Amino acid sequence: MADNTKIVLEAKGITKQFPGVLANDNVNFNLREGEVHALLGENGAGKSTLMNILYGLYKADGGEVIVNGQPISLHSPKDAIVHGIGMVHQHFMLIPVFSVTENIMLGSETDHRKNPTEAPLAKLDREEVSRLVQALSDKYGFNIDPSSLVGDLPVGVQQRVEIVKALYRHASILILDEPTAVLTPQEADDLFNIIRELKKQGVSIIFITHKLREVLAIADRITVMRGGKVVGSAIPSESDEHQLATMMVGREVILKVDKEPAKPTDVVLSVKNLRVLDQRDLVAIKDLSLEVKAGEILGVAGVQGNGQTELAEALTGLRKIESGTVTLSGEDVTHSTPRHITNTGLAHIPEDRQKHGLVLGYTVADNMILCDYFKFPFSQNAMLQQKAIDVNARKLIEDFDVRTPSPYVSASKLSGGNQQKVIVARELSRQVDLVIASQPTRGLDVGSIEYIHNQIVKMRDRGVAVLVISAELDEILALSDRIAVMYRGEVVAVVESKTVSKEQLGLWMAGGKPD
Amino acid sequence: MSNSENNERWKSALKAVKDAILVPTLAIITAVIVGGLVIAVVGGDPFAAYAGLFQGAFGSVKAISETGVWATPYIFAGLAVALAFKGGLFNIGGEGQLALGATTSALVGYGLPLWLGYEPPMYIHLTLALGAGALVGFIWGAIPGALKAYTGAHEVINTIMMNYIALNVVSFLMNGPMKDHNPLNVIARTPLIAEGARIAPIFSGLRIHWGFGLALLAAFIVWWLLWKTTLGFEIRTVGANPDAAKYAGINVKKIMTLTMGLSGMLAGLAGSIEVTGLNYRHELGFSSGYGFDAIAIALLGKNHPVGVVLAAILFAAMRNGATRMQFLTQIPVDIISVIQALILLFVAADSIVRYIYRIKQSGEKVVLTRGWGG
Repeated sequence: MADNTKIVLEAKGITKQFPGVLANDNVNFNLREGEVHALLGENGAGKSTLMNILYGLYKADGGEVIVNGQPISLHSPKDAIVHGIGMVHQHFMLIPVFSVTENIMLGSETDHRKNPTEAPLAKLDREEVSRLVQALSDKYGFNIDPSSLVGDLPVGVQQRVEIVKALYRHASILILDEPTAVLTPQEADDLFNIIRELKKQGVSIIFITHKLREVLAIADRITVMRGGKVVGSAIPSESDEHQLATMMVGREVILKVDKEPAKPTDVVLSVKNLRVLDQRDLVAIKDLSLEVKAGEILGVAGVQGNGQTELAEALTGLRKIESGTVTLSGEDVTHSTPRHITNTGLAHIPEDRQKHGLVLGYTVADNMILCDYFKFPFSQNAMLQQKAIDVNARKLIEDFDVRTPSPYVSASKLSGGNQQKVIVARELSRQVDLVIASQPTRGLDVGSIEYIHNQIVKMRDRGVAVLVISAELDEILALSDRIAVMYRGEVVAVVESKTVSKEQLGLWMAGGKPD
Repeated sequence: MSNSENNERWKSALKAVKDAILVPTLAIITAVIVGGLVIAVVGGDPFAAYAGLFQGAFGSVKAISETGVWATPYIFAGLAVALAFKGGLFNIGGEGQLALGATTSALVGYGLPLWLGYEPPMYIHLTLALGAGALVGFIWGAIPGALKAYTGAHEVINTIMMNYIALNVVSFLMNGPMKDHNPLNVIARTPLIAEGARIAPIFSGLRIHWGFGLALLAAFIVWWLLWKTTLGFEIRTVGANPDAAKYAGINVKKIMTLTMGLSGMLAGLAGSIEVTGLNYRHELGFSSGYGFDAIAIALLGKNHPVGVVLAAILFAAMRNGATRMQFLTQIPVDIISVIQALILLFVAADSIVRYIYRIKQSGEKVVLTRGWGG
């Protein structure tokens, strides 16, 4: 990409202060016409803040946004859309029970091309919009059927619907927020093809990610943010993963977990012919069997939505098991309550830390007794023992390096990484035989990931059985001794992690049967 | 525990108190100012009106006593709503629970001696009268709680429906089986309860009775239950995050039912204490919306027992002082309802107050109730 291409979007000196955090500190950023500009950084680096300012969701405290040479003022996403800026959020803003066409019309029903002054209560012209969607789909090779229900579409296609939604609103600048987080490697490749097609047609793209490989594969330019500042920029052809990682975290990172070979002993968790239904009473897990031995880490790999969430919930007593058996330390816990399973010897790091793992309004100290509040020494004669709670909190904060000003700060005040550390500290400090860790490092920075991985390996070395469920292949490969691949509610392969390549796993995750 | 550790806890506690008091106080001040403007607009003198209000509420020993009389059921009913809110549930059924509590206590109060054939000793009779009212309130609250927990039926709808059932049953009883059969009586009310089922006045000659003391004791017990016991931890956890509560192994359904039961019990006691401490009988329509005012009191008190007591006394003072205000200034008592509504408005829509006084949002937003099936 030539340096003299027109700059379509420029952020100058953007500063944004949140209570206690300078999220953006005099950030300069620009986007040229028809380029893919990757914004790389750890969580909390300020990428999302910057993008939310560009999309009109936040108001900057200082600095200006310039589109096509004109300074603009952004008060809401509407203003951004008017100036041709579209955003695809990490969590899609789609209504599953609406069709593709209806989702795309949503919010611009009256903004009808033929008839811009149409009255708000005018009839919805689905056919017309449907035609336009079809035309856009054909133009960029999206392969979308405008009449299908969004809820029936695979995640990768839903993402394309989001992109069409932006294009329908005449976006010439697209912000993609962590677009590959929910995709299989194959779906990610499809997305990259679409991005290249969009580029060809003159759409300029900002690609937010913390995955180094993707950046090198797709970007024309790379800007790296850390701690609210732009710390550097790079051109993919002149850069490598190692260099970018160093820039991103500000120090050398070990992308591998140092661990001794596992010494597995007795079977701790044994799952036989498990069958579980999901929220909508559809089969989420069918006939699944697996075993985890003491002293080993079994990683469950798979694209999100292939039954991993339901598996973790079923094993921890949070979801009803239709048939099959779950045996923990020799005891049948198939239909036991979460309390009973926890007491039998389970520590559970839940997938959604804010939904299940924490009570955000509680103090750190109270969150640290969430699963043991009724036990000695925290409870005596049904009374909470403040002193024991205090001692416990201070010890765990120290042992697990939780960065908090005091044990009596509410958990909502901590960063995502420290919130996760509160959960990890609570769960891994309990006396257990089995640890189930679901997405233990999702959305965390490299430093926290490294720390949590080491803690999990430490549990294994102490002879605890560990089941790690993760959508991040790198995490699965780094942690696991054995890997089970889940696809559509079944374990399609179980392999030694040393003997398998990433590409092979990716193929299985996408439904390719092992030989 | 070292000093610095204690300091940290005290600091965070003090900050919490400051955060909790700030908005309600400003809401009251704003409501009083706006209320004053309303009085001025309708041609009255706001200063004279407020002076009259204050005089009526606190101007004499008798006035203070009457404020205490008003405050007693307000405290119980306010605690009922606050406890449910702490458990993530919205109890709008206070009115029905209160009426049933009052009716049951009246029945035990006048019926027990007739049934036994002699008058039981006071400590037994009064305890039974209050206990029966509390029990019926508990059951009437636990039913919508259980419906919510086990079927997902929203407690707001069910408590409202249960109000209709309760109020109509009570109306039937007051006009029929439980009506005072004294030939001179034309009112839908029960006979007087026996002497042994009555709560004594604190001072002779004044109406304020030991029920006020019981209300303060109840506030202390609710505080102790919520923040010092494991059961309270469970109630608060279910209220703050039911998913996390389930994850932590708490029996969410049981706790929801129990919380609504305890809430109904407190509301029932509000009725029982009015019967045993003040009216000595139950009369149709005596509860002038305590169950609904209680929601405002709980909100204004930020669902904290101390806040509830203070808010209840404020509401009691306004209700009690209003008559005096009307007498002195000819400003209708209804203006008090306007001011109370304004207070509630400013507390519930606290961003108005935050905007007027430029206060930043700090801490967690209180979760009052959840959507369907939540």
